[in-house]
Amino acid sequence: MRATRRRIVDRVARALTLACTAAVLAPLVLIIGYLLAKGVTSINLDFFTQLPKPVGESGGGMANAIVGTLVLIGLACALGLPIGFGTGVFLAEYAHSRLVPTIRFCADVLNGVPSIVIGIYAYTLIVLPTKSFSAYAGGFALAVIMLPIVARTTEEMLRLVPANLREASLALGVPAWRTTMRVIIRTARGGIITGCMLAIARVAGETAPLLFTAFGNQFWHHGLGGPISSLPVQIYTYAISPFDDWHRQAWAGALVLLTLISATSLSVRLLTRGRFRTVR
Amino acid sequence: MTSTTRTKLEVRQLDAWFGTTQALHDIGLAIPERAATAIIGPSGCGKSTLIRCLNRMHEIVPGARVSGQVLLDGEDIYRPGVDPVQVRARVGMVFQRPNPFPTMSIYDNAAAGLLLSGGRRSRADLDAAVEHSLRQAALWDEVEDSLDASGVSISGGQQQRLCIARALAVEPEVILMDEPCSALDPIATTKIEALIHELKAQYTIVIVTHSMQQAARVSDYTVFMYLGKLIEFGSTERLFTTPQKKETEDYITGRFG
Repeated sequence: MRATRRRIVDRVARALTLACTAAVLAPLVLIIGYLLAKGVTSINLDFFTQLPKPVGESGGGMANAIVGTLVLIGLACALGLPIGFGTGVFLAEYAHSRLVPTIRFCADVLNGVPSIVIGIYAYTLIVLPTKSFSAYAGGFALAVIMLPIVARTTEEMLRLVPANLREASLALGVPAWRTTMRVIIRTARGGIITGCMLAIARVAGETAPLLFTAFGNQFWHHGLGGPISSLPVQIYTYAISPFDDWHRQAWAGALVLLTLISATSLSVRLLTRGRFRTVR
Repeated sequence: MTSTTRTKLEVRQLDAWFGTTQALHDIGLAIPERAATAIIGPSGCGKSTLIRCLNRMHEIVPGARVSGQVLLDGEDIYRPGVDPVQVRARVGMVFQRPNPFPTMSIYDNAAAGLLLSGGRRSRADLDAAVEHSLRQAALWDEVEDSLDASGVSISGGQQQRLCIARALAVEPEVILMDEPCSALDPIATTKIEALIHELKAQYTIVIVTHSMQQAARVSDYTVFMYLGKLIEFGSTERLFTTPQKKETEDYITGRFG
């Protein structure tokens, strides 16, 4: 009697959790399916090699926006990853410092600041003094968004490393800083890389902070001190335009952006998959 | 035997705290060289704290402090200016739970102390050190063909012997063992105990144990602790046959603990 009841409860619980999982996965499948259906027809070689054509002319591509997005992500990573990582190491390894709760709180607040506000901040700090929209300003805005994500995930991942590994290393006569570098960080490596990939994926799709920092550009950018095109801004511009041809290009752009992000995160995971190492 | 052995570690008036809680009270003890000394006592009596004071591992816990002296070959390891890193290289440690580095191979685990503490060594030197320490830990025959496998892919008992090999590879003078068999099955325990018998010819061994039988089997000297105080210290045979303190007698006869 009891056993039957338990089996029923188990079935129901299983069905409920499965339904929740399906509900979570459904939007992802739908988005990818819709993007494929809408975007794939507009993707051809020109899309990757040509500049946008003026209104009325069909064809053309988003080569400048694809390169621009890569440049902006590169700039954001160059600034955001090392600083965020360093902050995370400080938060985890100097946990008894009185600064730590304050820094952690600030990072969480920064994480909650709307990205448009961070765009205004970058605008005030870089665009106004230099009197020019620039790749630098865009990369800076994206880096600021990345910082708290990278810092907090690094901290969490380092905290997950069992304390007995630190003790094992210290007891071998290994200095504390080497223990941090070669045991603690090494053990947490996979999680930290995942956190960095999440941060990159998050900023790769940001539009708002780029609108008045990197601005956008219908042509190739000239150096990093001038306006630069990016996929999200280009998609935004094309999507709100009244032209069917541009709408199709926007769908294609969105598909390329999604593929770009997935491919990066997949390849980074594959490249860093090694579970343990040996000198032999 | 007692009269002829040289003292390796001498503990003098040692007090230890965790924050405001005093864990050790005025410990005095002379640990003989090239012998096994067991520390027994009920849970929470300060056994582990004492052993962790002997290689300056106590102080890595936030809020933990020590006062008093621990003389290693006559030199106080708590004297200002002494580098705890140097102390730990001379006084190695094996922990309660086997803790090989999961990101490293068996080979790298055995060589970890040499690889991590910097300084370049030739491949041949590393190979020799790894083989020597794994042989000393009676593990070589079991892992010889799988040195590239992960350090956590072997059984718990093998992992613990890998940890002993790892400690031996840095060529310490003293090996501290903090309940090294409490997470192991009886067969693995027997292997570790046999190992302790081998190793004490070359090293000074201090072993914390919950098991009085184990203390009787492996040690030459035994320390009995209770409530953070050292109650009695003497040769294992004497302490177990004619204990001089009432607490010791009560504990070893199973009246408490």
